[in-house]
Amino acid sequence: MQHFINVLLNGITQGIVIAAFALALVLIFRSTRIVNFAQGSQAMFTTYIALTLMNNDFPYWVAFLGALAAGFIIGAVLERVVIRPLEGGMELNIVIATLGLYVAIQALAAILFGSDYKSFSSPVGVQGFQVGDLNLALTPTSIFVICTVGVVVVGLTLLFQKTQLGLTMRAAAFDGEVSRILGVRVSHLLTFGWALAGLVGSVAGILVATGSFIYPSYMESLIAFGFIAAVIGGLDSPIGAVVGGLILGIVNSLVSGYLAPGLVTIGAFVVLIAVLLLKPGGLFSSTQARRV
Amino acid sequence: MSTDITTAVPAPPAGPSAMQRLLGLNLVRSLLVSLGVLVVGVLLLESTDAYTNTQLSSLTYFTIAAIGLTALTGLNGQISLGHGALMAVGAYTTALMLDTDSPLPFPVIALAAIVMTSLVGFVVGIGAARLHGPYLAGATLAFAVALPSVALYFKGTFNGEAGLTVISPRPPEWFVSFIDAVSGEFATSSKYVAYLGLFCLVIALFFALNLGRSKIGRHWRAVRDQEVAAEIAGINLGRTRVQAFVISAAYAGLAGAVMAMVVRLAAPTVFTLVLSLSLLTAVVIGGLGSITGAFIGSAVLVFLPPLVTDLSTDAKLSDTQAAQMSPLIYGIVLVLVMLLAPGGVMGTLSMAWRRRRARRQLTATPTKKG
Repeated sequence: MQHFINVLLNGITQGIVIAAFALALVLIFRSTRIVNFAQGSQAMFTTYIALTLMNNDFPYWVAFLGALAAGFIIGAVLERVVIRPLEGGMELNIVIATLGLYVAIQALAAILFGSDYKSFSSPVGVQGFQVGDLNLALTPTSIFVICTVGVVVVGLTLLFQKTQLGLTMRAAAFDGEVSRILGVRVSHLLTFGWALAGLVGSVAGILVATGSFIYPSYMESLIAFGFIAAVIGGLDSPIGAVVGGLILGIVNSLVSGYLAPGLVTIGAFVVLIAVLLLKPGGLFSSTQARRV
Repeated sequence: MSTDITTAVPAPPAGPSAMQRLLGLNLVRSLLVSLGVLVVGVLLLESTDAYTNTQLSSLTYFTIAAIGLTALTGLNGQISLGHGALMAVGAYTTALMLDTDSPLPFPVIALAAIVMTSLVGFVVGIGAARLHGPYLAGATLAFAVALPSVALYFKGTFNGEAGLTVISPRPPEWFVSFIDAVSGEFATSSKYVAYLGLFCLVIALFFALNLGRSKIGRHWRAVRDQEVAAEIAGINLGRTRVQAFVISAAYAGLAGAVMAMVVRLAAPTVFTLVLSLSLLTAVVIGGLGSITGAFIGSAVLVFLPPLVTDLSTDAKLSDTQAAQMSPLIYGIVLVLVMLLAPGGVMGTLSMAWRRRRARRQLTATPTKKG
């Protein structure tokens, strides 16, 4: 029983981070139909910025906010410089360009920050709670992670549902041409969307790192997991991304806890293929027909 | 031809001679091209030192894999970030089959590697056939991330993280005497492997040259350009896509077999996502769909890193930093090619050539009545 509860708790903590990362992918996909394969590298880079700040005696919170700001700026710059000129061209070209960014940013981080493992401390403890005889796999860090993602989700929901900016963003994503005619500055919103995704991605990157180690390719499996979670949710539904992340996190944890830790990526791949073959629009698809 | 000046009837235009007709046959032409590559390859291998020989062996397997990938992405429009993982299948098969006291002859091993990889490619291809663009890229990316953990899980067979050391095949008698006759040198094992790679490349090239111009190649292009029209014309979309993936995987398998012998190691650390992405870089730099482009791109992959590493060591960068300079350049080049010349080297050249010809025809029209 204790094993099962811990597997479940682990799954939720992992899943919530995957969800945050999937959210970043979805933010970009729903407005531009692009999967940003460089998202993980961007997040990794900003985490190194946070680590550098912390090593220079800034408190965790300042480092955290600094990384978010960096993520925001990097996202905006990439959209303006690389993605914008490619829009309207072949689908494959943008995919290849984001893959190029993925490789380049990862190599740049290795050059600037070194490719060895560096520890990234947690602002709260990493010691599991104890309830009676149960040693729970729930640490202050995992509660911190869950709360942070919760804040992000609530923030995004408020932004999209309650603000003028969110309304225009939804309109631009729904029909760019009509929104443009109605006076919405769609091009600015696309840049803002990439910036926002960069920020959310940074949150995911730091949360993965907190209480653990970072190295230039530490986001590699999370890119695959985030993509799979986003596909489970239908790639353009933020709620779908969160639910997809949780589902994948729990599946991963079950595979790791009951079969073998080595099989986690295989299990996730099987989940992806199953979803794509059985319900290609994802579990939350509103449209019936879609080319995937 | 017609020298009869008494008749006012102009001579019929001379038909192509037998030689020209023979050269017009694709089969003959691709045979000549392949033999040309073989001759150039032998000359290069015999005129360079051992280090360059090793680089040339790397060039053979990179090119084989790149030809397979450029056919898949360029002709059929399917992207794959999983070709590095497919190469791993070929390499592990080769490593396991060479690990006996009396290994089977190389052609049998290569064939086994091709068959195994094709089978895996078939399974992935069935999933891939229904996907497009970013979905396909993401799914093959997940495949590339997932496959190495098979090697980690079945530790008994694949020896986990450490991987399998590949015992290079010993050169047979006839090869030793052949090299002795050609250059008077003693044939080493790595020279033998370089020749094996060259032969594999020539055979792979011959098939690819015919494939592009055959019915199969036309079907692939039709599916890439106009799905609906292709389907109306009676082409089975799903089957064509799976076929393209299987053939492309077969190339990756052969490349993996050669790579295992050149690198002498089959380990998860060799077949990373970065390998898949470098292959993609090669075909994109060269020009998607172009076999010449696959050669150019692979040459960049093989000869650029040592150059870059030397330059960065001169620039007082540490070893680890120098090692990361080439991926940095790959990545930047990928982005720049997409921004400035999406056709790659070959695409840009052929566009310039066509534009020049069109301009010349335009200026020539008023004077020459046609």
